[in-house]
Parts: sequence; C-alpha cells; structure tokens
Amino acid sequence: MNLYTALRKELMEQWRTSRLLVVAAVLLVFGLTSPLLAKYTPELLKLIPGADQFAGLVPKPTILDAVAQYVKNIGQFGVLLAILVSMGSLAVEKERGTAALMLVKPLPRGSFLAAKFLALAISFGVALALAALAGYYYTLVLFGPLDWGAWLALNGLMGLEMLVYVALTMLFSTLLRSQAAAAGLGLGCILVLSLVGSLPTLGDAMPDKLVSWGASLFTGQALPAWGAVWVSGGIILAALLAAWLAFRRQEL
Amino acid sequence: MTAIRIEGLQKTYGGVRAVDGLNLTVEEGAVFGFLGPNGAGKTTTIRMLTRLAHPSGGKAWVAGAELGQGTSVAHRIGYLPEEPAFYGWMSPLEFLDHVGRLFGLAPAERKARCAELLDLAGLSQVRKRRIAGFSRGMRQRLGLAQALVNRPEVLLLDEPVSALDPAGRKEVLEMIEGLRGKCTVFMSTHILADVERVCDTVGIINHGKLIVEARQEELLARYTLPAFELECDPGCEGRLRAWADGLSGRYPWLTKASVEGCVVRLLVKDVNEARRDLLPEVARADLALRRYEMVTPSLEDVFLRLVKDGEAVKS
Repeated sequence: MNLYTALRKELMEQWRTSRLLVVAAVLLVFGLTSPLLAKYTPELLKLIPGADQFAGLVPKPTILDAVAQYVKNIGQFGVLLAILVSMGSLAVEKERGTAALMLVKPLPRGSFLAAKFLALAISFGVALALAALAGYYYTLVLFGPLDWGAWLALNGLMGLEMLVYVALTMLFSTLLRSQAAAAGLGLGCILVLSLVGSLPTLGDAMPDKLVSWGASLFTGQALPAWGAVWVSGGIILAALLAAWLAFRRQEL
Repeated sequence: MTAIRIEGLQKTYGGVRAVDGLNLTVEEGAVFGFLGPNGAGKTTTIRMLTRLAHPSGGKAWVAGAELGQGTSVAHRIGYLPEEPAFYGWMSPLEFLDHVGRLFGLAPAERKARCAELLDLAGLSQVRKRRIAGFSRGMRQRLGLAQALVNRPEVLLLDEPVSALDPAGRKEVLEMIEGLRGKCTVFMSTHILADVERVCDTVGIINHGKLIVEARQEELLARYTLPAFELECDPGCEGRLRAWADGLSGRYPWLTKASVEGCVVRLLVKDVNEARRDLLPEVARADLALRRYEMVTPSLEDVFLRLVKDGEAVKS
C-alpha cells in the first residue's frame, strides 16, 4: 500500500517538476530527427562550403542508416539522461531533509527506494515509447516500413541499458550526499563498462552489447547477447539491493 | 503511564559523546520541555527516539515500543524537525493528503483531517498554493500539522520555534498549547521563555547528560534563590562593582553578586537579613540609587545556574 503511495508521489513529482517532460522531449526530438538526419546528411553536406565535393562520396542513405542514427542518438543521450535524472533521487532528499520527515512515518525504506526506481523506469519507458513511435513514423515516411518486432526489441534493449545506469546512479545517490558526486560516479561507470565491454568474451556480456544486439536485428545477421541481458538485469538487482542494504541502516 | 522512557542512552560520533548515558522519563499527557544550550544533545536524542539515528548504547521506549526491537512506532508518533523540509512543488493540501495516505487513512477521513489541520495551522486560505513560496512561519505551522495527521500519542518537536520571528513563535506556541491533554509533547528548545509558557515538566540537558528533571513549579521552588536588583546612575559602574565585590564574604546571606553596567544582581539565602543590611550598605557607599527591588526568580535563573555554573546534579 505504501509502495503505491510513494510511487504516486514520485510520479507526481516527475510530472510537476517537468522531469518527465524533459526526458520525453529530449528522446522524442532524437526519435524524430534521427531518420531525418540519416536521410538528409548528403544534402546537408552539399550546403557546407568546401564539403560539397565529398557529398558525392556519401552513399545513398538506407533504412539501416536511419536505425543506426537512432541507436546512436537515443543510446548516448538516453544513458546521459538516466544519470542526470537519477543523480539526485536520494541525495537531494537526504540533504534537504525530506527523507527524514517522510521515513519517520510508516514508509519502509525499501518502499521509498523501490518507488523511486519504478517511477524513473516508468518515466524512461514512456519517453522511450514516444521516441520509438516518432522514430518509426519518420523512418516509415522517409525510408519505408521497419520490422515492428525488431523495432520493439531494439527499444526494449536500449531501455534495459538505461535502467542499468538509473540503478547504478541511484546506488551512488544513496551512498553519497552529493548529487554531483553520484553523477560523476555514474559517468565513471559508462567508462568502466565500456572498457570491460571491449574485452574479448567478458565484453560480450556487458550492457553496451544490448544496443549492438538490437541494431543487428535489422541487418539480417543478429548478434544475440543474452549474457548482456542477464548481466544487465543482475547489475540492476545488485545495485538496488546494495542501495537498500546501505539505506536501511543509514542515519538521516 | 509513561510515554517516553530513556535508560542510559548514548550516542558517540567519533570520539565525541553527543549523548552520554541519558536517563529520562516523560509521563503520558505531559508537555515536556527538553531544555539545553546549543550542542547539548537535544536533537541527537530526538533523532534517536524517531529512529533516524542509532544509539551507541542504552535503551529507550516511545509509546511503549522499545527502540531497535523491530516494533514499528511510526503510527503512534508525530515528528517535527527543527527546519522541516517539504516537497516545494506540492501544495499543503497535497502534502497532508500524502501523509494521510502513508498512515492509511480512508479517503473521507483523510479529507476531513486535512481540512481540520489546515484550519488549525491557519493555512486554509493557501491550501492550494505551492509550499515553495511559503514563509518560515507557514512552513513551521505546516510542519506541526503534518506531525498531527495520525493523532499521535507522542509528539516529538525539535526546536519548533527557535527560527521564527515573534509573531510566528506566538502562533506555533499557541498551537502547541492547544495540544495539552490530547497527546504527550516532547519539545526541545533553548528558549527559556517558551518553556515557561507551554511546558509543565522540564528536563535540562548539558553535555549529553540530564542535569535535572522536574515539574516547572517544583524546579523553580527547588533551585531559585530570591534576588535583589539595584540600579545606580550611569557613571558609577566602577564603584558599583567594587561595592559588590566588597559585599562578598562579609555577609553570609549573600550567595552571588553579579554586575552588569549600572545594575547589580544579588542572589540571597535570607531575604530578611538582606533587606536589613542592603540599604545601609548602599548609603555607606554613597551610591546614587535609582532602583531597588526584590525580583521574582525565573526559569532562566535556574537554567543559568544549573548549566553555566554547574552547581547542581540531579537529585
């Protein structure tokens, strides 16, 4: 019951502080512009003085270029947004004192944490769904229809990668009182996971392989990365569990 | 019945003992003033009682539930921190409604309770305004209202009025006074006038230890000494000080003499003897007397005596 009450408050907060709007707007813009950029890159090159001579060298854009552009933009900015939106989730409430005021009431700390993660997951889910719809529509108009199933899978995998960073940044936000430090550690995780992702064998199970798998679904040569799915799910659960273990004994 | 019982409570931060073996009992229905100078351990004690901080030692019971034994006491207490923080994007109505939901109040009861508390806090007119734009006094009144949503058995208030201007203080103190008989109030403060005004029982804490605990009138009777105040014309401060120093040791009825500007304050053991000797002494010293009166001792006198002079221990 109190998880529902806490989630209700978190979702209201996402809406009223325009966080949901910002996330949705940013992802929507990239969802809309990615196919456009893919389609009109040769034309844009022709407009740049000096670069027009190379315009002829750029191959005619295809539907795969639209998907690649979408994957690149949503993948990068989605992860950055995940860190920026999650960095203050716990740190700010602890610093301001709202956590102390609320947790004296019958609200278990686990519910407090879980509500924050669920609200962020819902926000990113909604924003990604809008971006996916917009991206699908523009790709359809400019290039032709995409495989719906593959498109859904790609967006689901990208969403899972974003949740990895939401959970990790929430953990840092729980451990620290500074949201800037939480964001710094979140950004550090991008670097660390990318470095590990470049290693042979072990790298195939890192979260950044989720997006590679999603993108490969359109090439006819799918590169399944089930290991990355399990590891990402494991990272999310481990980060949330660690956050709860730390938070339940934390003095406020 | 006991609302709060504390036995040997300790809290250590590094090498510093913020609370050092505190023992305290608060009877049900009391308005208890937890008095002490800044840094005495008041806030730390309240944070332990609300389970926001973990004791380093000792035991405590709030509303019958022992701290750290897994029994939730959240439904039975109300808490107002020194500077309550709210979600600025919410309105006071939304905030109280959110708190009501956490306490599991049914919709109709929640609606009625919110309206009642907004009225009590004088916030009905601004119930739909964002809290972010509220003054400190409004926040404090809302803080008190949110602490009362569940009709708590024990209300823990940490310095509820110390940050407010005189008008805000008056409003919040009136709200606290209105709670007498409805719940047990445990209120920490360093403002003696507030304790004198609203509290029936007082506990004085210093350096993490309880110095004294008693009903207010008992405390005044036990620890206050009669005092005389003499005020002279400006310019005779030096002579006044020398005169007061000269009194010490010569008269057994004199406990303490303190001079501040042109005013000397004399704490005495025997009023009649002091009355007999004082004016002749003034005449002999040829002091131009402006005022001479016997003053009523206040809680402030007790507090200063107990805390600053360290004269007494809990009896």
